Amino acid sequence: MSVGLEHYVILSAVLFAIGLYGALAKRNAIAIMLSIEIMLNAVNIAMVAFSRFITPLLLTGQVFAIFIMVVAAAEAAVGVAIIIAIYRGRGTIDPTEINLTKW
Amino acid sequence: MGLDIAFWILAVVGVLAALAVVTLRDIFRAALALILCFLTVAGIYITLSADFLAAVQILVYVGAISILIILGIMLTREVQRGSLTNKFRIPAFIVAALFLGAVAYALFSTTWQVSTVAPLAPTTQALAGKLFGEDGFILSVEIAAVLLLAAILGAIVLVREK
Repeated sequence: MSVGLEHYVILSAVLFAIGLYGALAKRNAIAIMLSIEIMLNAVNIAMVAFSRFITPLLLTGQVFAIFIMVVAAAEAAVGVAIIIAIYRGRGTIDPTEINLTKW
Repeated sequence: MGLDIAFWILAVVGVLAALAVVTLRDIFRAALALILCFLTVAGIYITLSADFLAAVQILVYVGAISILIILGIMLTREVQRGSLTNKFRIPAFIVAALFLGAVAYALFSTTWQVSTVAPLAPTTQALAGKLFGEDGFILSVEIAAVLLLAAILGAIVLVREK
């Protein structure tokens, strides 16, 4: 059986599930950011695979993937800045100990 | 046939690298595994004949975002404590497995209308037409520019010394 749409979408779902597990189970804010990046990449694979196999000449999925990359870059910059700011103020980046907005 | 072999190699290496990211205790090694995962995703784009996106993936993810994350690791000296798991490890695993099952069920119970048309070979010109041409995504491009500017300013303000 040659590689088709299902293979790519399953690969994307596996990567997304791994990222989801990491984002929920990690105790280090940087590790959570790494997991979120894996999830964004998984979504991009699904976008490009649907664009390749359903509408090969329209490229709409690839345009969406480019915008996801833009948002991911902005998210990484702001996320690292927030983590560094929290580390400066509190000396830890353990999300279970960061309870500034909890009451 | 060559594409199939390339897909399987890239898929296995990518999934193993992603597993290494979430299981390694050393956060710096996890970041290096993440770079390997980004590289395999770029290879996956090439097997999908998305050449421009593969180049953008190398430039933006492998080149910029990974450096940013490694910089964050260096500036937050949590390397000694490592990247441990919290008390939600088993519920998180169950949630991830349920998600994977739901997606697989939805995927295999849907009949996809797969097109047999060959994909565009160089996609750069067509993507430029999509992004900047008539009836394209030019408004989204402008909004993305504003978003990036806001993100840069926000990052500078957040990490500025008092």
